[in-house]
Amino acid sequence: MHVNLRVWRQAGPKAEGHFEDYAVDEVSPDMSFLELFDVLNEQLLADGVEPVAFDHDCREGICGSCSMMINGQAHGPERGTATCQLHMRKFEDGAHITVEPWRARSFPIVKDLAVDRGALDRIVEAGGYITVRTGSAPEANLTPIPKEVADWAMDAAACIGCGACVAACPNGAAQLFTAAKVSHLNLLPQGQSERYERVANMVDTMEEYFGSCTLHRECEAACPKEISIDFIAMMNRDYVKAQFKNRRLIAQK
Amino acid sequence: MTNYSIAPEPLDGKVPPGPIEHKWDDHKFASTLVNPANKRRFEVIVVGTGLAGASAAATLGELGYRVKAFCFQDSPRRAHSIAAQGGINAAKNYRNDGDSIYRLFYDTVKGGDYRAREANVYRLAQVSVDIIDQCTAQGVPFAREYGGLLDNRSFGGAQVSRTFYARGQTGQQLLLGSYQALERQINLGTVEMFPRTEMLELVVKDGVAVGIVVRNLVTGAVTSHSAHAVVLATGGYSNAFYLSTNAKGCNVTAAWRAHRKGAYFANPCYTQIHPTCIPASDDFQSKLTLMSESLRNDGRIWVPKDPSDTRSPDQIPEADRDYFLERRYPAFGNLVPRDVASRAAKREVDEGRGVGPLKNGVYLDFAEAIGRLGRHVLEERYDNLFEMYERITGEDPYKVPMRIYPAVHYTMGGLWVDYDLMTNVPGLYALGEANFSDHGANRLGASALMQGLADGYFVLPATISNYLAPQLGRSPVPTSDPVFQAAEAEVSERTKRFLAIRGTKSPDHFHRELGKIVWDNCGMARSQDSLTKALGEIPALRDEFYRDVKVLGGDMDFNQSLERAGRVADFLEFSELMCLDALHREESCGGHFRVEHQTEDGEALRDDDDFAYAGAWEFTGVGGAPVLHKEPLVFENVKLAQRSYK
Amino acid sequence: MTIQEVSTASQKAGADDADRLVKDTGAPVPVKKRSGGPWPVHFWRSAVGKKWVMAVTGIMLLGFVLVHMIGNLKIYLGPGEINDYGEWLRRILVPALPRTVFLWILRGGLIAAFFFHIAAAYQLTRMNHAARPVKYQGGRNYVAADFASRTMRWTGIIIGLFLIYHLADFTWGTLNPDFVRGDPYGNMVHSFDKWYIAAIYIVANLALGLHIFHGAWAMFNSLGLNNPAYNRARRYFAIGFAALITIGNVSIPIAVLTGAVS
Repeated sequence: MHVNLRVWRQAGPKAEGHFEDYAVDEVSPDMSFLELFDVLNEQLLADGVEPVAFDHDCREGICGSCSMMINGQAHGPERGTATCQLHMRKFEDGAHITVEPWRARSFPIVKDLAVDRGALDRIVEAGGYITVRTGSAPEANLTPIPKEVADWAMDAAACIGCGACVAACPNGAAQLFTAAKVSHLNLLPQGQSERYERVANMVDTMEEYFGSCTLHRECEAACPKEISIDFIAMMNRDYVKAQFKNRRLIAQK
Repeated sequence: MTNYSIAPEPLDGKVPPGPIEHKWDDHKFASTLVNPANKRRFEVIVVGTGLAGASAAATLGELGYRVKAFCFQDSPRRAHSIAAQGGINAAKNYRNDGDSIYRLFYDTVKGGDYRAREANVYRLAQVSVDIIDQCTAQGVPFAREYGGLLDNRSFGGAQVSRTFYARGQTGQQLLLGSYQALERQINLGTVEMFPRTEMLELVVKDGVAVGIVVRNLVTGAVTSHSAHAVVLATGGYSNAFYLSTNAKGCNVTAAWRAHRKGAYFANPCYTQIHPTCIPASDDFQSKLTLMSESLRNDGRIWVPKDPSDTRSPDQIPEADRDYFLERRYPAFGNLVPRDVASRAAKREVDEGRGVGPLKNGVYLDFAEAIGRLGRHVLEERYDNLFEMYERITGEDPYKVPMRIYPAVHYTMGGLWVDYDLMTNVPGLYALGEANFSDHGANRLGASALMQGLADGYFVLPATISNYLAPQLGRSPVPTSDPVFQAAEAEVSERTKRFLAIRGTKSPDHFHRELGKIVWDNCGMARSQDSLTKALGEIPALRDEFYRDVKVLGGDMDFNQSLERAGRVADFLEFSELMCLDALHREESCGGHFRVEHQTEDGEALRDDDDFAYAGAWEFTGVGGAPVLHKEPLVFENVKLAQRSYK
Repeated sequence: MTIQEVSTASQKAGADDADRLVKDTGAPVPVKKRSGGPWPVHFWRSAVGKKWVMAVTGIMLLGFVLVHMIGNLKIYLGPGEINDYGEWLRRILVPALPRTVFLWILRGGLIAAFFFHIAAAYQLTRMNHAARPVKYQGGRNYVAADFASRTMRWTGIIIGLFLIYHLADFTWGTLNPDFVRGDPYGNMVHSFDKWYIAAIYIVANLALGLHIFHGAWAMFNSLGLNNPAYNRARRYFAIGFAALITIGNVSIPIAVLTGAVS
């Protein structure tokens, strides 16, 4: 196969960026999209051009490092798939492929296709945990959790934190990311004590960095773990409740 | 480098006295403690934020120590622990199937082919129970039964169901639990986090670890951090093989830099090969993907009898197929242990009967299971795996047999540590896969997650006070000290050296070449010849690397080729030690298989009289003759026996 | 390999962040300050709060357009019915309240709903632009966002402008030379007789339909009312509501144009 790449090059956070065109021959259909970039980088190195910087690590769709906007779609055309698991057989021979970094105000470009997603960590820092000191945990089977609840919490917890939801959202919102973490913990009995504080702090922090949700559903479509926007509704409800709730009474049924 | 010398004195693991059941409790009681009010006077550096590092940093922060945590990824949540699929073992005995702490301990020592330190393994089994409680309380969504209680499964051929799991994403969920605990401490200000920061040197003053030198991967700035203690939780070295199931970023640099500064590296030849990975599809392959071992429960492994058979697998009649595992191991068949299955597959491929375009795999066929159970049952059991396979290969395993081949995925060797998890360098600790671990020569399935969390949540936080308490009132060595200045200069110089070579080949090229050498000669089967050959080839490749590597860009910049070059350079030094260790260990055990030492059935043949020790190597210079320190392994509780799977 | 300069747009976004990245890898710099104030203010300042306000005011407005449409359809019953209905609106709760007082209370609520709906939309749009100041230079390829969701702010503006015209046409009469107060039937027939005025009404109502198609579905999410049991029904509700309002309203100018009502 042969593909024509148009790749965003930007020397650093404050530099001007632009697209450059590269042709890559000898592309195997079994190659992953990141391996295409490995080949491109070998080629660039041979030509004395600095390789394209891009984030990647596990290459099996779970670490959430890879982050490319491929032909205007976060993680490219295949649904439920991160860039590292996208294979070249999904493209036609001679395809023209435009690749640029995630774009959001709070995802500053580090270099070329690599961006800084530290803002997502800040959201988790604000409350995306259950306070439990090491060693103070009760026996694990003390609290039964209905399977359906555990399964749905797991659906939310599957988020890999890649930021595709932000990248895909026309509003640059991080609602799906935040909602996934809020819902994962707020659904479980263990998470009830901090439920309203958690949602209030996490949403408020999220809004310091990101846009708002207008229900385009692009995030859900781009999410490599296909996390449902139903979680956003859950987060909204808990956030509204957090404003009114008398938190001294939350232990009451 | 085939020379080494042996230290006259045995190495002391500082195992506490007393019956094995009481060692840990007694030791905790005998430990010196740091007063809660004084904990904030101590600074601890934690490198790596996988299961071991994140849990250690979070717990130390919680206790009140001032912690600095470092990771090279852009977020602590991305460490490679996240990729573990199967599960985590714990001796809860929820299934009432006869499990106990003692059984988990026994199984682990036996599974490790009797090359682990008994006391450490027993402690691991003890705290495994607390890990499940801790993680559940943190909100890790473990799989549950309809009654709402935790579900278990049997994993990796274990006789009891003691594995807890969260879909196929147990590692991810456990890591997120530790990451969340870590983020909480970051929010509270007890832990300071440095993402995209790589440790490039350990700083030792008067024989004691006093800090590290790091490079900010975004700006290229080289800086020092000092502390009372340094904790390395930097994972394993599978990527020495280039193609492994590890993440691209996994590297041996932190551990190797510590080794160069005096820390002993133990048992580097113990590497684990996983039999069910997707074979490489072309020369551009950058890593291999592991498929859960559970597939072997229903799949049948075979190759065509005729190496020149070019028919598609469904066209090959039964008579022309060789179900080689079922033929050679009638009792266990396709469920023989990982290493046995791996070597059998290698033999078929080496003898030219491999399948697929590159003839580098064997078939794992579900046709019989589909016929017997129906497609829907297979869908229920393996749908996500089949889907993953199809996404990667473009082939539908419901129709075409899967192609599998073994790949390196875990390394049991690592920095030598004593019972307190401290290396021989005072103040330097190693946790998780980075230490030579509790797994001996072979790790049981679902035990890696257990060990990482045990070390980080429960062991280190309890043992570190032994080292810290006597230092009360002493501040860390300031980073303006000449040792730090010298280390920084060394790091900058090394970095600049890679840029100055201006050769013709990329760091990746050398990494691939190195991978081929060690995979062919120090992979699933090793021999004196192959290892000697590798020991000749590696230094030559290393010389070529320093002559001909090409790294563009600058050092004060986000430069991924430069990062890669540094890691490859360390692998090039490390691999030599790995091969030497494999050469010196004249026996077969666990993940280390020497063709000269096997039973008639091709089983690993241990030599307990001469090799029942952990081999810890002391660095004496690149290409120099290292010194071997032996820690004798004493088995007071477990009876040594030879495996058989016939 | 060809090198082609396509765009020199920089990631102007995050100038502060860029500064930070050049120096160190610390915490990213927030776009906006954390909102403070007592809870109603805090709530309003948050995007989730604004969306909640938009949903609540949206429901009020949906109620209004529904009742308004039902009233309009009385045109098919003849001038007497609809003109009586117009008069009845002014006389609700008479004699407890003087004539038109209750109508003005309703109008007050309606004006407030419009105000908050539009203010929230405006501020959210500003917020969203700030969240992504640099667009995708290679363009976007939407997969889930539909025409309605992506045109909310344009259909909203069309409806807003139309509303002013509509008031000037039928309530104030300032743009309607044939306006007769108290004779909605006659006013409607006179206006819709002209094809271009009928066209304005038809276009505006199609925009309204699109707006409702997205809004009546999305509001459940903003309010946090969702449940797998009726998630699908929410979509049908939105389609049904949008279709009902659009068909009901558009039928009137068409009926006048075709002479069915005169």
